[in-house]
Amino acid sequence: MRSRAWIAWAFMTPVLLVMAVIVFYPLAVGVFQTFTNIDATNQGTRFKPPSWEFVGLQNYIDILTGEATKFYPVLAWTVIWTVVNVFFHYTIGLALALALNQRFRGRTTYRLILLLPWAVPAYITAISWLFIFNGEYGLLNNILGVFGLPSVAWLSTWPWYYIMPIIVNVWLGIPFMMVVLLGGLQSIPGDLYEAAQMDGASPTQSFWNITLPQLKSVSTTVILLGCIWTFNIFVVIFFITGGGPGGKTEILVTYTYNGFTLGQYAIAATYGVLIFSLLLVFSSVYRRLAREA
Amino acid sequence: MKMSRRQSVLTHTLLIIFAIWSLVPIVWTVLTSIKPESKIFTTQIKLIDEPTLQNYTTLLTRGDFVQWAFNSLFVSIVTTIFAVFLAATCAYAISRFRFRGRSAALYVFLVAQMFPGVILLIPLFGIFTNLKLIDTPWALILSYATFAIPFCILMLKSFFDTIPYELEEAGRVDGLGIFGTFWRIVIPLSVPGLAVTAFFAFITAWNEFLFARSFLTSKDALTLPVGMATFIDPFNQPWGLLTAGSVLITIPVMVFFFLAQRFLISGLSTGGVKG
Repeated sequence: MRSRAWIAWAFMTPVLLVMAVIVFYPLAVGVFQTFTNIDATNQGTRFKPPSWEFVGLQNYIDILTGEATKFYPVLAWTVIWTVVNVFFHYTIGLALALALNQRFRGRTTYRLILLLPWAVPAYITAISWLFIFNGEYGLLNNILGVFGLPSVAWLSTWPWYYIMPIIVNVWLGIPFMMVVLLGGLQSIPGDLYEAAQMDGASPTQSFWNITLPQLKSVSTTVILLGCIWTFNIFVVIFFITGGGPGGKTEILVTYTYNGFTLGQYAIAATYGVLIFSLLLVFSSVYRRLAREA
Repeated sequence: MKMSRRQSVLTHTLLIIFAIWSLVPIVWTVLTSIKPESKIFTTQIKLIDEPTLQNYTTLLTRGDFVQWAFNSLFVSIVTTIFAVFLAATCAYAISRFRFRGRSAALYVFLVAQMFPGVILLIPLFGIFTNLKLIDTPWALILSYATFAIPFCILMLKSFFDTIPYELEEAGRVDGLGIFGTFWRIVIPLSVPGLAVTAFFAFITAWNEFLFARSFLTSKDALTLPVGMATFIDPFNQPWGLLTAGSVLITIPVMVFFFLAQRFLISGLSTGGVKG
């Protein structure tokens, strides 16, 4: 390969210029806003000069002490939401990948059907499930009715308002895990299993001692990606529960969005920075732990 | 591996359960979309009940849905062209040259995929307000480029990595300069890769909700996701229209998705996993 750096940079200049304007500059503005008290009333308009002030670290202090907003309850639910979702995505995805990694008739058909949820836009998925969960005419309550059971108001009854969005998001996220893990399984050399079989290892032993260790690098990556995506997914919560009832199912991104719609720009920007920092710290700790393990 | 009888039963049971679970919401949406309104609002379960295309004709003749579809199409196409065009040269440089800052650049594009939309939402809203771009498709195109460009770079890099370098050297011997080899040799060879990348950039823009919800206000300017969301109101939910719209929006996505999915997976694993 050549190493004439100037040519490389010439090829990259257009992208860097555009990214500077639409990503780096707004990012810098966003960080700057977190040190101010800017909101919808003091940001200034054509008729009124801006009147916001510097407040230093006050936004961070307010949020992290839990005084001004509900940072810790929302964070707690966001973490539970992420862990539970990714747990089901990974375990179910792995089970399906193992099943599809065998040779049998109808394999391709199963694979295509199981991929379907990935092909549906996330917000359409949410709309479809919302109708199934509908209190009066939803499929779920109609099925309960067949068995003579009473209807449930799924999205306003504890603990269902926590469980329903998880069901939707699990549905949404399985195919990606399944496909990537299937790719990982197919790249494990077959002789490893043959050798193990000759030594008298049971299928369970082969699974724990060959399959899982061989999948480690793929698993590490998909779990990290899964955590980041699930942490940031907006539409599922927005459409299914709308954060309700009483803000109980709000996750950090929807909570931040609400702050924005209420015109609390500085607070919302601070939340954005906190989310990003959390993810950055999490992913670097995660990668280090994964490398050592 | 040949399966034992027990293993075969287990495999099929697992796959059938999850196949049904994957199909239920999709099939139920399609079935609902071909029922008349009166048969949707019922507590009876009937798969097919007086099938009609009425929901579809209502949706397509009321004007707003078609307008939203055009808006979505415009925004997605322009975003795609913009992102792929810019990303191509950058991805080529990262794939072919070893230079200082290469891994830093690659890392920036990976991280750019990681941060939540809300972090850019607030500053972009301020900037677009000042530039009077709010409620125009350009606000969406610029904000979609923030995630489409890094995504396209990572995808295209993994495609360029697979093109043998010898072909470029042959071009060089025939007297082509660096831009010449890129334009005459690399680009023609990567048409499939460019097409797949473009398609996925298009779909992400086609499905985006958060920015569209925040930057668009007037009814005529909405894109499909936000437009569909306006149908959901707590008192009157037109499930016939919602399900028919869902089917119309999903069909093209699904067709292309199945044509292109193999490439996405190889792109994801080479771009994302190996770095």
